[in-house]
Amino acid sequence: MLFSLSRLRPQQLYPSVRILPLLLAAALLSGCGVNTIPTLEEQAKATWGQVQNQYQRRAELIPNLVETVRGYAKQEREVLTQVIEARAKATQVQVNVDQLTDPEALRRFQEAQSQLSGALGRLIAVSENYPDLKSNQNFLALQSQLEGTENRISVARRDYIQAVQAYNTEVRTLPGRLWAVVYGAKPMATFTVAEEQQRPPQVRF
Amino acid sequence: MAQRWRLHLYAPAFLATLTVAIAVYAAPTFPVLTGRVVDQAAVLDTTTEARIDAKLADLETKTGTQLVVVTLRSLGGYDISDYGYQLGRAWGIGQKGKNNGAMLIVAPTERKVRIEVGYGLEGLLTDAVSRLVIGNAILPRFRAGDFPGGIERGVDDIVQVLSGDAEDFKRRAAEHASRPSGAEGLSSFTLVLIILAIWFLFFLRRSRAQQLARSRRSGWWFPPVLGGGWAGGRSSGGGWSSGGRGGGGFSGGGGSFGGGGSSGSW
Repeated sequence: MLFSLSRLRPQQLYPSVRILPLLLAAALLSGCGVNTIPTLEEQAKATWGQVQNQYQRRAELIPNLVETVRGYAKQEREVLTQVIEARAKATQVQVNVDQLTDPEALRRFQEAQSQLSGALGRLIAVSENYPDLKSNQNFLALQSQLEGTENRISVARRDYIQAVQAYNTEVRTLPGRLWAVVYGAKPMATFTVAEEQQRPPQVRF
Repeated sequence: MAQRWRLHLYAPAFLATLTVAIAVYAAPTFPVLTGRVVDQAAVLDTTTEARIDAKLADLETKTGTQLVVVTLRSLGGYDISDYGYQLGRAWGIGQKGKNNGAMLIVAPTERKVRIEVGYGLEGLLTDAVSRLVIGNAILPRFRAGDFPGGIERGVDDIVQVLSGDAEDFKRRAAEHASRPSGAEGLSSFTLVLIILAIWFLFFLRRSRAQQLARSRRSGWWFPPVLGGGWAGGRSSGGGWSSGGRGGGGFSGGGGSFGGGGSSGSW
């Protein structure tokens, strides 16, 4: 390549000389992590989307579940009402991706969802007392869907925690810390490990 | 002196990253993916294993779906649903982007069984359907101590569900045939850089040639890599990214899992 360069006339050389620094600059910048923060940020936001999807999915299962239980266990009015109210509250608390840097927003979200988890756990527990309900195919299907959704929620939460840890480490350590100043990137809030260890109620068959 | 300063600056950052990496990726240990049936717990006889393997290979040929059967000596203290999705991700069962993988996981020591369903199959092999397969086909036979029978019936049922009806089957077969391959692993940025570099190289060579034959052509010359030659190269490479098919072995295609499926115990 150098050999051919030396043979070029100046006017032919000109376009190549113009391209070369651009190529070099692009290669240098990608090497020192100009893309790392935006990439990690997008990944974290995508995993948050998954967290919200799965909680949403759980919320959508609940009306059907409540109706099925009500059909067999009308007298459990208190638990049923608790579930309905907790669901209404939980669906109101939404955290969009721009609020992820706000720990308070995430705490509210977490609190609303764990209240719903608690109420659902009680609903499943009282269902154990009704043999007809426990053998109802519709109820069993809903129960397996609920179990699957709880499992998906915990997977989505763990993915989010991992993605945020990667992003926050990049933002707080060098050289990402310097890029964070350029981008104005802030650390994101995450679920705490203590909360994570409180696994959702397990549904047993 | 400058060297030393840099070391001081980076050491804490490096340590922090390392700590986080260890904390985050403390994953369970997984068996090696030796084939479509990984019988670590040794509960299958060779004829049943071969029969199941053929069924799984047939399913992949017809639908592109990767179904894998795995029996485990131990879950290493993990919940089976916790273990299952991580195993699926580690092995990359299913095609990348489509995530059409599923696994039947049996842990005889813990007396647990699970159908783990990749993101792309959750609509087909739902949690409720998985529960039915486990409850009806698998658990009664496991309770009677018939592991090969339970696993084979479970596989039959899952294959039936995943094969879907004829229309569905045709549609997916068509999708599978038209699926582009290659170039997925490269980021678009790297790709652009490579194209630019090749173009640059061609340009230089061409410039030299132009000195010899200037009258033939005027203006800029575009190397074939930017035209039809590129598209031709892509389509001629058609096939699977699930890998290993041509080579005789079996490997995952990079599919991912999100905790779909159902578990049971006996």
